[in-house]
Amino acid sequence: MSGYATGIVAILCINLIFAYAIFVTAAAGQLNLGGAGFQAIGAYTAAWLSSNAGQPVIVTIPLAMVTTALIGFLISFPVLRTRGVYMVLATFAFGQFVSGFLLRSPTFGGAIGMVVSDYVGVGLLVAAAIITTGLVFFLMASRLGLAIRSIHDDEPVSTIMGVNVRAVQVTTFTIGGALAGLSGALYAHHFSFVEAQYFNSLLSIYVLLFVLIGGTQTAWGPLVGSLFFTLLPEVLRVGGSWRYVVFGVAIVAMMVLRPQGIVTRELVSRLSPRNWFGSRPAPAARLADGG
Amino acid sequence: MAAEPILALNNVTKRFGGLTVSDQVSFAVPRGARMALIGPNGAGKTTLFNLMSGVYPLDGGEIVLDGQRIDTVPSRRRIAMGLSRSFQNIRLMPHLSVIENVMLGQHAQASGIGDLLTPISWMRGGVWRRLAMERLEAAGISVHPDADVASLPYGVRKKIEVVRALMSKPRLLMLDEPAAGLNPRETAELSAFLKAVAATGVTLLVVEHDMSFVHDLCEHTVVLNFGKLIYEGPTRAVQDDEAVREAYLGSRRVETAGGSHAA
Repeated sequence: MSGYATGIVAILCINLIFAYAIFVTAAAGQLNLGGAGFQAIGAYTAAWLSSNAGQPVIVTIPLAMVTTALIGFLISFPVLRTRGVYMVLATFAFGQFVSGFLLRSPTFGGAIGMVVSDYVGVGLLVAAAIITTGLVFFLMASRLGLAIRSIHDDEPVSTIMGVNVRAVQVTTFTIGGALAGLSGALYAHHFSFVEAQYFNSLLSIYVLLFVLIGGTQTAWGPLVGSLFFTLLPEVLRVGGSWRYVVFGVAIVAMMVLRPQGIVTRELVSRLSPRNWFGSRPAPAARLADGG
Repeated sequence: MAAEPILALNNVTKRFGGLTVSDQVSFAVPRGARMALIGPNGAGKTTLFNLMSGVYPLDGGEIVLDGQRIDTVPSRRRIAMGLSRSFQNIRLMPHLSVIENVMLGQHAQASGIGDLLTPISWMRGGVWRRLAMERLEAAGISVHPDADVASLPYGVRKKIEVVRALMSKPRLLMLDEPAAGLNPRETAELSAFLKAVAATGVTLLVVEHDMSFVHDLCEHTVVLNFGKLIYEGPTRAVQDDEAVREAYLGSRRVETAGGSHAA
């Protein structure tokens, strides 16, 4: 593989894991606009453990995940007191705080950033992305996933159905934190360098866009969203500077044409091999006789 | 009502600001009964359902389910204690399929970590899905299990909500206007279905405006007006009651009861 292709595959894997981090909370109806903050903590934890404490990758990546999972867990309590646009603002503030802190902290290299000693190849990134995708698909197929999706639709009714809404929401923030930390640690080890400026608010916005435009109803959404957003700018490179314009128009068009995201549950069910033959989930239905 | 009732409300009181929406309401639902809760609009019927399922806390009194006080129990635990309900305006999850909505009703039965991490959407032959399918079939719902609930006719969605409520194996099933918006054939089917449900030992408490449905289904009735209990007794005698007639009609003809009684 050429260096260019490898670079794209690497960033695609990191973006995909990152997108799943944001997706897990978004699937339960909570929008996290501080994704870059979580990713930065993962990246810097791994970088510091690798370069300053001389730890191997087998230690740095899990510890980075544990750190961001813990932060996701702790931050969920104040954040879950807010709703809607206020939650978006609260998580955004968290992201800004983290990048501001890293920029001013001499321990983490400040504006100069940090060099990461241990290198991780693209093979491990691909493996991590595949495993993460598999785990998120499993999660969404489970009863916990059903609870997550029902909270997205109707919190009071979920409660009456016996779902511990707060516990599920805290769980999604914790899982999301762990995955964001994983994506950050992989970023640090693959690119061998971290700087606070990379983990800015634009990155948080982009990853949330991957998820919202891909669709939050099924685990296919972030997969399609990250592929679309990572590859489209590359395809558009032939158009020079115009690619930013085309990219922007594509985003607006997506939001207008398919506000619920590219992939919906209904679409997945329609395309499922199970429903290729025999009865299909018809849009209209009749009530059977008797009862 | 000789045996211990399945549900007892003792002086249940709720105020919203200066308005008392439930004023010392006391009544009991006999075990295995099919009871109706009726009253004019704004009488406090849905409020009472919300108090029983824990949407709001009580301002006074107590609610006892099968000998256990439940008004102090968190809302999400009440379904596991045997209390399940439907909603006046259909509250199915719009982004879940038919079968997923029904399987959500099983949540209270599946509390262990192993149950929570069971991939129910992948296990086509799994026990959870099979039970949900059986319940749908028993209720006469023949739609595709993966169909979008939003695309289904009103009557079918209404029925799916009842099936979802039944999945938790309730001892007391509370239905908030189950027949509203149904055509006469659907109403008759629903009545027959609910009688079959009650025959399995489930007690029914039904808020309903359709009096012919109430007469057909429920042998007992309680009537609320302005948050106060004004009648408790057999359904057949409800329209002869002076206070009930006054609450509904003042001095005009009794239209809801078939137009045959003049006040």
